[in-house]
Amino acid sequence: MLSRVAESIYWMSRYMERAENVARFIAVNLNLNLDMPGAGEQQWLPLVITTGDHEAFAKQYKTATKQNVIRFLTFDRENPNSIMSCVRSARENARAVRESISSEMWEHINRFYLMLRESGAESAAFEESYDFFDQIRFSGQQFMGITDATMTHGEGWHFCRLARLIERADKTSRILDVKYFILLPSPADVGTPFDDIQWSALLRSASALEMYRQRHGRLEPASVVQFLVLDREFPRAVLYCLTKANESLHAISGSAIGGFVNKPEQQLGQLRAELAYTSSQQIIERGLHEFVDDLQKRLNSVGEGISDTFFAMRTIDVAIQRQSPVTQSQFQLAT
Amino acid sequence: MFDAERKPRAHYRALYDRFWQLRTDELERRQMAAERSMRRLGITFSVYGDQEGSERIIPFDICPRIIPEAEWKFLERGLKQRIIALNKFIDDIYHKQSIVRDGVIPEFVVRSCATLRQQCMGLDPPMGIWCHITGVDLVRDREGQFFVLEDNLRCPSGVSYVLQNRQLIKQTFPQIFEQAHVLPVDDYCSRLLDALQAQMQHRVRQPHVVLLTPGSFNSAYFEHSYLAQQMGIPLVEGRDLVVHDSYVYMRTTRGFERVDVIYRRIDDDFLDPQAFRADSMLGVPGLMQAYREGHVALANAPGAGIADDKVVYAYVPEIIRYYLDEEPILPNVETFVCWDETQRNHVLANLDKMVVKPANESGGYGMLIGPRSTKEEQATFAELIKAKPRNYIAQPTLNLSRVPVLTENGMEGRHVDLRPFVIYGKEIYVLPGGLTRVALRKGSLVVNSSQGGGSKDTWVMSDRPAPAPVPASVTAVS
Repeated sequence: MLSRVAESIYWMSRYMERAENVARFIAVNLNLNLDMPGAGEQQWLPLVITTGDHEAFAKQYKTATKQNVIRFLTFDRENPNSIMSCVRSARENARAVRESISSEMWEHINRFYLMLRESGAESAAFEESYDFFDQIRFSGQQFMGITDATMTHGEGWHFCRLARLIERADKTSRILDVKYFILLPSPADVGTPFDDIQWSALLRSASALEMYRQRHGRLEPASVVQFLVLDREFPRAVLYCLTKANESLHAISGSAIGGFVNKPEQQLGQLRAELAYTSSQQIIERGLHEFVDDLQKRLNSVGEGISDTFFAMRTIDVAIQRQSPVTQSQFQLAT
Repeated sequence: MFDAERKPRAHYRALYDRFWQLRTDELERRQMAAERSMRRLGITFSVYGDQEGSERIIPFDICPRIIPEAEWKFLERGLKQRIIALNKFIDDIYHKQSIVRDGVIPEFVVRSCATLRQQCMGLDPPMGIWCHITGVDLVRDREGQFFVLEDNLRCPSGVSYVLQNRQLIKQTFPQIFEQAHVLPVDDYCSRLLDALQAQMQHRVRQPHVVLLTPGSFNSAYFEHSYLAQQMGIPLVEGRDLVVHDSYVYMRTTRGFERVDVIYRRIDDDFLDPQAFRADSMLGVPGLMQAYREGHVALANAPGAGIADDKVVYAYVPEIIRYYLDEEPILPNVETFVCWDETQRNHVLANLDKMVVKPANESGGYGMLIGPRSTKEEQATFAELIKAKPRNYIAQPTLNLSRVPVLTENGMEGRHVDLRPFVIYGKEIYVLPGGLTRVALRKGSLVVNSSQGGGSKDTWVMSDRPAPAPVPASVTAVS
């Protein structure tokens, strides 16, 4: 597969997942708003902080009102991580590789984009928020379903899945982080109804509440961390995402799981193994926010490793040096 | 569609009856559904210099144009004859130039072609084919006679709209279509792929074919990606390719892979900065050398555009007689070349009745349409012609035929042209139908999509239904 095509598929997939997760972020707060009428406006700023875009936000908006935050995260074209920007970027990437993805995938992204651009979209986001953000989540999930059902599960699909899962691992960790910022864990609140409401809002925005209940029953911080970070079967849990991402990475290179032949395989393998042998208690003792921060940094460097290994434009001379005369029609990259 | 007495011509009869049963608002509803579907599918072309709304659909008219099969057979013969002669002409120009030495075309006409490529002198493309894909522009006059307007041997576009229009019309009028015995167009991409692969089959058993695009900002990008997708070949940009030891490779996630055939949709000028324009970022350095050594095939061959020069066009009937010793089946539009003094004087005296075209522009740019022009415009063109007579040709304005188009005021006649597509591989294939472009503005003669033209599906209608395919054996579903 062309490096450029692989790169576009990768980013198409990450942006689609990101758009869906921004909608999930907003849903956490919309849920909390309903359940905690007193919480008011100050609860919207943490959302911008956890997405990591608070500086860009501060440049454009004076106060973190609900209106401003939703606009910034949903429609703001200046914000490269707004839902609109993500879907537009996903569409641009999809358009660049239309011949390599299924036409259903392209058509879905294109429709999604046109839906967001409709004149009524902005008022719908405020007046029918729940439906609106639900619809965005649905669109993201439909895209995944369409991808899995219509695209050959070969290299392109593995890049697609790899991208989606790395993005999702990052975003699940950020959703967890919202809790940290909304209410700096004051021991007095632990176990109160408010605590319960916050955790369930959080789990709901990760589409995880019912699955959590089946697994752990009572809402307890350690169990929530266990479920969202360390669960091996829940598809939005960080460990699950990393395990499957690792599989795709190895499927792309053709190397055996458990070893590594390139930088990202080494990085992701290490990270996955560490998590697999960690307990939720250890994470909490170390500090949830610190854990999440470190995880995000390491996921970023996995991303950089992927880009460097598969997408970078190397010169052909390096690759061919060892192979003369020219008999094969394919050369391995010198790594 | 209508004869002089405003009765539908025989081959339109059935369609006409069915269309007239539908009310205008019903037609409009179907028209809108078709356009919505185009937007959803992203069947668009890009408009340069426009950010947000930079993609537009080409307006699609739902009333198909019909050409009876017998008439089509005639066109097909004429097109094949023309392509064979033009291919021989290009090959001759880059070798012996016997047509010049025999005095059929003046030497200076050939030498002064902007599309002549010195870099291609002496080149022998695989199978001797220079023009693999041609999109010939035809018009017909009020009497129904077809004329060739342009040959388009460089990178003719529009075939994706032919294929998509057919899909849309099938969705829009399934019942009418079913009974109409329309010759299919759906095998175009298979035939194109076969023709492309054939170029290198003498060297590689499974030639690796790619489509080279300037990128997603190009106005025809939809077509590039559509054709690559339908053929199942990689769509590459210049930066995806490298030349090493005169072989072409593409950069993949697993290293470099050989490329054998390139269906290029980049103009000659931008193909290879080492051979052509040095400032081009779109092409592949060293590509021409690889081509020259026969390690890669290019379609269309660089240099084939020599036959797109409109002064050369004026000589095509002579070209056909010279190489084939046959009379041309399809006539040119009567053409005056301005380098010739007598013809120039005739043109200058009749500017208000003529269409003046620069020899080397495409897309309908830089033209003078005499009857629609002001005195000032005519004076400007007179100066242009006198300053560079070689650069202009002139043609009398034709009484172009019109076909019915759905407009705000119901069905109205609009001017059209027709661009059939010809593939030259092991054999010559003419796609039945082609792209009918419509001048959507009332009275307008300009059909180019860059200037607000639309398109409609073109049906080559057979009198007989196609034989139904008989399956070899059928297993009943239990």
